[in-house]
Amino acid sequence: MALTRSALRLFSGRFTQACQVRGYADAPSMSLTFAAPSQVLYNNISVKQIDVPSFSGSFGILPAHVPTLAVLKPGVVTVFENDGSTKKFFVSSGTVTINEDSTVQLLAEEAVPVDTLDISAAKELLAQSQSQLASASSEVAKAEAEISIEVSEALVKACE
Amino acid sequence: SQQVRGMATLRMISIRLKSVKNIQKITQSMKMVSAAKYTKAERELKLARPYGIGAQEFYKKAEVKDEEGEKGQLIIAVSSDRGLCGAVHSSIGRIVKTDIAANPNTKVVIVGDKVRNILQRLYAKNIAMVVTEVGRKPAVFGDAALVAQSIINSGIEFSKGKILFNAFRTVVSFRTTEMPLYSQNAVANASKLPVYDSLDSDVIQSYTEFSLASLLFYSMKENATSEQSSRMTAMDNASKNAGEMIDKLTMTFNRTRQAVITRELIEIISGAAALETKN
Repeated sequence: MALTRSALRLFSGRFTQACQVRGYADAPSMSLTFAAPSQVLYNNISVKQIDVPSFSGSFGILPAHVPTLAVLKPGVVTVFENDGSTKKFFVSSGTVTINEDSTVQLLAEEAVPVDTLDISAAKELLAQSQSQLASASSEVAKAEAEISIEVSEALVKACE
Repeated sequence: SQQVRGMATLRMISIRLKSVKNIQKITQSMKMVSAAKYTKAERELKLARPYGIGAQEFYKKAEVKDEEGEKGQLIIAVSSDRGLCGAVHSSIGRIVKTDIAANPNTKVVIVGDKVRNILQRLYAKNIAMVVTEVGRKPAVFGDAALVAQSIINSGIEFSKGKILFNAFRTVVSFRTTEMPLYSQNAVANASKLPVYDSLDSDVIQSYTEFSLASLLFYSMKENATSEQSSRMTAMDNASKNAGEMIDKLTMTFNRTRQAVITRELIEIISGAAALETKN
């Protein structure tokens, strides 16, 4: 009787340890709020993974990612939904917040689905911004033209 | 002379009646216009709400608290330029006044002329900046970014901050609410900040600047919806009141008209009777 009880305790100990290890990998999916000022793309929807382009490097966010803040760079955000589908969005700028409780707030200044982008319009915008930089006189105008170039280059890249 | 007075009163009443009828037409059309603008504003607000609520999450989750310091308080009072919208502007003005009374070291950034008019007389030295041309067209993110940029460029420093605006509840009610604003120092000293990985001051600065614009945008959207719904109610009440006045005036007009006619008849008849008896 005692033998079985101690055997059970041994067994349950190892079992719970195994459960703990497995528990970390099955962390509850993270809840994503991905919004722009004039549209809501995801509002507290649980997703599997999010890839974001940021100034501190592009990275993928999985559940139980370490909390952090990052500033978005013009580029493509990929959302891997729970049912396996992937959706890509082009963002112009914004911030991403990953909190301790695995909630993610992705606030973009403008976000559009990548398949609505027109590559010829993007190339035209790139040409326009490059000529803007050439004719820019003040520091501010130069910086604005450089931002425009960065965005249009990312747009062209996203279309390809 | 009574006859003359009767006619004069009649003319005065009819002038008054015409003017009240015109006012009623104006208030009715203002109500229609506000109703259309309200529908649009409410629709845009619904799309902006997840963005605005998302922008506040970090400060809640990281448990950011006001900076300990003597740099004073910053209030951004969000309202608009246009009146005839009920208590929208006065409720903001009232709270700013109480806040300044409680903490004289307060700087106010005013968005919208109406609140400036309320505060100008007694609190002119607390006003740091005024933003005008607000409310005519629906706010876009670029507007909020412009205001945020001006605030940042002006170098205002504060230990404690808030955005004061009218949060939209229902068509007939709104609530004057505040959203806290935190300085970069406050964020850097947040109790849960060490939990957040690899943050440098550049990221914190960009983050706080962007969220200032985002929170301002959200407060503008909420305020616009509250303002339009409040104006709709106010103009509706004004039309109803004008209607009541028209009813009363019409009654008085008809009664006076009938009195004038009766008086004329009496004079004619007594005049005729006098002639008959003379004959």
